[in-house]
Amino acid sequence: MNDIAAPTIEYGQLAPMLLVFGAAVLGVLVEAFAPRYLRRSIHIPLTLAALVGSFALVLVQVFVSGVPTSPAAMGAVAVDGPTLFLWGVIAALAFVSVLLINDEDNFVAQAAAVPGSADEEDAEIAGFSQTEVYPLVLFAVGGMLLFTASNDLLIMFVALEVMSLPLYLLCGLARRRRLLSQEAAVKYFLLGAFSSAFFLFGMAMVYGFAGSVGLSDINAALPNVGGQEPLLVLGTALLGVGLLFKIGAAPFQAWKPDVYQGAPTPITALMASGTLVAAFGALLRVFWVALGNFDWDWRPVMWGVAILTMVAGAILAITQTDIKRMLAYSSIAHAGFLLTGVIATGAAEQNRDALSGILFYLLVYGITTVGAFAIVTMVRDAGGEAGHLSRWAGLGKRSPMLAGVFAFFLLAFAGIPLTSGFFGKYAVFSAAVAGGVLPLVLVGVVSSAIAAFFYVRVIVLMFFSDPAADGPTVVGPSVGTASVVAVAAAATVVLGVFPEPMLDLADKAASALFVR
Amino acid sequence: MELYVPILVLAVLAAGFAIFSVSIAPFTGPKRWNRAKLDAYECGIDPTPQPVGGGRFPLKYMITAMLFIVFDIEIIFLYPWAVAFDKLGLFGLVEMVLFIVTVLVAYAYVWRRKGLDWD
Repeated sequence: MNDIAAPTIEYGQLAPMLLVFGAAVLGVLVEAFAPRYLRRSIHIPLTLAALVGSFALVLVQVFVSGVPTSPAAMGAVAVDGPTLFLWGVIAALAFVSVLLINDEDNFVAQAAAVPGSADEEDAEIAGFSQTEVYPLVLFAVGGMLLFTASNDLLIMFVALEVMSLPLYLLCGLARRRRLLSQEAAVKYFLLGAFSSAFFLFGMAMVYGFAGSVGLSDINAALPNVGGQEPLLVLGTALLGVGLLFKIGAAPFQAWKPDVYQGAPTPITALMASGTLVAAFGALLRVFWVALGNFDWDWRPVMWGVAILTMVAGAILAITQTDIKRMLAYSSIAHAGFLLTGVIATGAAEQNRDALSGILFYLLVYGITTVGAFAIVTMVRDAGGEAGHLSRWAGLGKRSPMLAGVFAFFLLAFAGIPLTSGFFGKYAVFSAAVAGGVLPLVLVGVVSSAIAAFFYVRVIVLMFFSDPAADGPTVVGPSVGTASVVAVAAAATVVLGVFPEPMLDLADKAASALFVR
Repeated sequence: MELYVPILVLAVLAAGFAIFSVSIAPFTGPKRWNRAKLDAYECGIDPTPQPVGGGRFPLKYMITAMLFIVFDIEIIFLYPWAVAFDKLGLFGLVEMVLFIVTVLVAYAYVWRRKGLDWD
């Protein structure tokens, strides 16, 4: 109790994150004090402005004040090149996802009303809406920003919870097929809480080994602590379970299709893009910064996980009959492709090319995913979105424009040249080859080919099948959805034809690797 | 070994007291039954029969418990801060005010949404 020094907090470096959290707190105040009919019209500009502001603050740091070279907030948060790149990506993806969330009443009128009850009907007639969605999204996005930047397992755990808890709730708020949505929320919550417990237990083990939860301290302890390896091995495994659950890697992927299918589609878009980006940021930080010198022990396991993830994602996707489940399995396969980059730590303890490839891949995959889910919201049946693949038959003949854009997104997922997905895969796989994991890349290429089969199958279904007589209607998109689709398509084209500037930016972000 | 004898004695005493009072209570205590006492839980929800579709159940106990936790955690942070107030100075004051403001926002939300009204 003798020498307590007040900590220093670099507010300037943390500003993009603090802005989002501040706006989320303001959003709660709006919920508390603004009259019901005004809330939506206050939330929409507030939420969008916060995300734009956050993006702008990231740009200011990158181009004006320079990328910091040491961790902020007493070593708890690292705002370095990869962090800033991923912050920009998350802010941009969250912005387009919020356009989708705004767009229409995808959300339940009153979450507390029992599905199918008179209460629900009353709430719908009264035109209620659950506007808490906006602050919840901002809290989740703030958690994602902190998750990628945390340089300390304790902060990382807090960020994990701040990110996940609002998402559990948001998953249960779909307006149609509410039981499915609530089931998804409960499954996600139970499994997510379980994986958080794994993470926490792993953290305790690693603390037992290193005597610290700081990532750089753990790295420093690796060669110095003797006779405690069981703690480290157990801790690494348990931390890995927690993080691999969040990215949906294969033995822990079971939640993904159920949750992606049940959640309101705009929230699925946010989860499939933003959460994946944030979780990869955190995974890289734990396994490269803290455990980078322990890679001889975790790499073999990660090999198995990556192979299982790629193969399971690609093969199980073939059997899916629901478009959202298929996209969920595709997301699992993509997580596997990204894992090859994580394993390619190379001869040195880390590998710049792999990091740069992963950053670029996350960007292009995220933006294409949001676009694809935006299109899913537009194809409707009487009971809501037309999820079943058979309903999509012949869509290309009835609305060629929409089906064409969707086909383009699927080709980008498959990694066909002239789409952004090609350069994403190329960047990660070439870095992985250089990092000496050629067999893994071969598995990746084979699974890509399998994955291409089911992407192309949907395209064939849309363009070469006869439309069903009572096929789904394609709703005229609102300005929000239309702009999301346009932005995603434009980004997929531009990054596919002219990727150099963005690849350079990713290279630059990765050049100094992570600060310690 | 002698070190552990007091703990053992305490355990025996505690177990003996618990067994004694639980087994004596049915013979000595008054029995004044009413409806609420015959419920499985005294939390205001009838566990059976289940209403159609699961029904709705009151959350007032949960909200009270949540509020308690919020203020509990606030106190946990306030105490060490108060003890180290001189050392932390203005920084500590500003951070603590920020922390209390965020708790206050949550409290204002609960209050405006009638979370503090019992009925």
